[in-house]
Amino acid sequence: MLKRFREPGIRGHEAAAGWLFLLPVIVILGVFLILPILMAAWVSISDWNGNGSPLGAHAHYVGLANYRHLLTEPGLDQNNFGTSLRNNLYYVIFVVPIQTVVALFLAVLVNRRVKFVGFFRTAFYFPSVTSSVAITVLFLFLFDPTGAINKLLSFVGLNGPAWFYDPDGLFHIIIKHFGVHNPPSGLANHFFLGVSYWDWLAGPSVAMSVFIVMAVFTTSGTFMLLFLAALQNIDDSINEAAELDGASEWRKFRHITVPMIRPTIFTIVTLGLIGTWQIFDQIYVGTKGSPLNTTLTPAFLSFNASFNSNEWGVGAALAFILFAIIVFFTIITRIVTRDRDTVRKRRFRGALAFVGIRGDR
Amino acid sequence: MSASTGVSGPRSLPTTAQSERRQRIARTLTYSFLIAVAIVYIFPFVIAVVTSFKTEPNATADPLGLWPSPVSTTAFHDLYTGQDFLRWVKNSVIVTLSVTFLRVFLDSLAGYALARLQFRGRGLVFAAIVAVMAVPGVVLLIPKFLMIRQLGMYDHYSGMIVPLLVDAAGVFIMKNFFESIPVSVEESARIDGASIFRIYWSIVLPMARPALVTIFILSFQGSWNELAHFIISAQSSSLNTLTKGVAQLASGQLGSGNRYPLKLAASCLMTIPVAALFFIFQRRIMNVQSGALKE
Repeated sequence: MLKRFREPGIRGHEAAAGWLFLLPVIVILGVFLILPILMAAWVSISDWNGNGSPLGAHAHYVGLANYRHLLTEPGLDQNNFGTSLRNNLYYVIFVVPIQTVVALFLAVLVNRRVKFVGFFRTAFYFPSVTSSVAITVLFLFLFDPTGAINKLLSFVGLNGPAWFYDPDGLFHIIIKHFGVHNPPSGLANHFFLGVSYWDWLAGPSVAMSVFIVMAVFTTSGTFMLLFLAALQNIDDSINEAAELDGASEWRKFRHITVPMIRPTIFTIVTLGLIGTWQIFDQIYVGTKGSPLNTTLTPAFLSFNASFNSNEWGVGAALAFILFAIIVFFTIITRIVTRDRDTVRKRRFRGALAFVGIRGDR
Repeated sequence: MSASTGVSGPRSLPTTAQSERRQRIARTLTYSFLIAVAIVYIFPFVIAVVTSFKTEPNATADPLGLWPSPVSTTAFHDLYTGQDFLRWVKNSVIVTLSVTFLRVFLDSLAGYALARLQFRGRGLVFAAIVAVMAVPGVVLLIPKFLMIRQLGMYDHYSGMIVPLLVDAAGVFIMKNFFESIPVSVEESARIDGASIFRIYWSIVLPMARPALVTIFILSFQGSWNELAHFIISAQSSSLNTLTKGVAQLASGQLGSGNRYPLKLAASCLMTIPVAALFFIFQRRIMNVQSGALKE
């Protein structure tokens, strides 16, 4: 063959093959990821209402009007946006720490030398492989006002709430027990993003709390596997040395295990933040934002504004604001974790990809 | 591993009896926690399966009962006759299989080029792929819809399948894997004059089976369970996948009453393929983090 004789020919060949091998990936990612982002960026600064093509005569440049509409103009859209931010913020604040702690707890348990450890790992991981649709249907049944959970509660003499139909905020419910029924006027009369301070402080609604439980249920298994890998990387001899020194289980956990797996903790918190800000499927299947908009999330609102209200500019602007929020949190965690995880990272990346794809769960 | 098992242990810093008692308590606690959590995790699925064999009145009156009375297959029968269930299954199978097989092929092709072939611009492409990986999926719903519609692929299989054919994370996994296997075999094949595609296809791919299986599992699970993309890429009910069909069932768009047995039956059935895949590849999924990807 010719190329055996001509060295540059081989390289030339290789370059052609390289681009050819990459072509499908470049085309598909380009056409369905990069170009769409540019197009949506245009829509977010236009008044396109869904008629015709956004690149045609139906769309006009309106500057930052859509962003202003959401961020500064009082009205229904701003109120919905503020409400969705509040809902999702509480969802994040509750889900991320709880799922991290539960996953670590489970990982520590299944890292012990116990019988049937394979069975337990499988049981804890199984919810992670099921679809969000199937799990949501199951939770709609379990948390029905006359469903399994309330039946269980009735055995111990409790009257369960209406769960998915209950818009009351957890914090409001708690302070009600201390006799606070009406908001102090200072909180009720001041607004941020169309939502009163009183409502900002409501906490997640009972309905949202069910989604919080569901998120922990479905993601803790995945993160358990990541923690398990990290735990198994800890050298046995360190723990044994500590044992010889008479350290208790808790002290070993607190002063050896946790510092050793800190990079993993940060990674899981980051993945958790990215995932929880994207909650969409569960809302779409379960409540569509009800009751009283307390399960509305920015992702669902963005979808709804575009596909149902034909406010495409507003919907696209919302998507970019959500993008900014996620980038913001990712950068924050990056800054916190910088210079801690240089060596472990490479080994970890592949495993991460396994989980990262399912970020929305 | 953490605690020593206490089977043998010449170690006797506290008294042996004391430490043995401590360990017995620790072990009892561990098992109680494990069993309690396992019940919490498994019970909902048991309820789902049992309820799908109940009648609707029975499911409503006795949501906790672990034995349907009477045992009824009405839910499955209704699903089969009253809904487009079989069509949903068909669509899910078509989309999932196309996406999975093509994705395994395209991801590995690109991963190989990025790991092994020398050419200018390679680093740039790789950096772009890593950057793309960081874009959160939900943010892309509207953008993707706009593009799919612009290209005339809306409401066709093509719009449902093509955008899912490539995933940056998969390319990343394949690249890492190819870099971890020795280059010597390929070099001798190259000296023998084998073409680049031939080397990739008949020498490298067979060696890459563990990574290919990983991509296969991820893609299958991902596209079978996908909902949002199908919502924005098609509207005809004839193109409903299982996720979309069952989502419509759940929100009561397709009938009245609570119909929990029907919905749960559908949920159980749609879980079977991913569950089967999980149990088949259980070993490798559970081990994937402790280095299986690095084999």
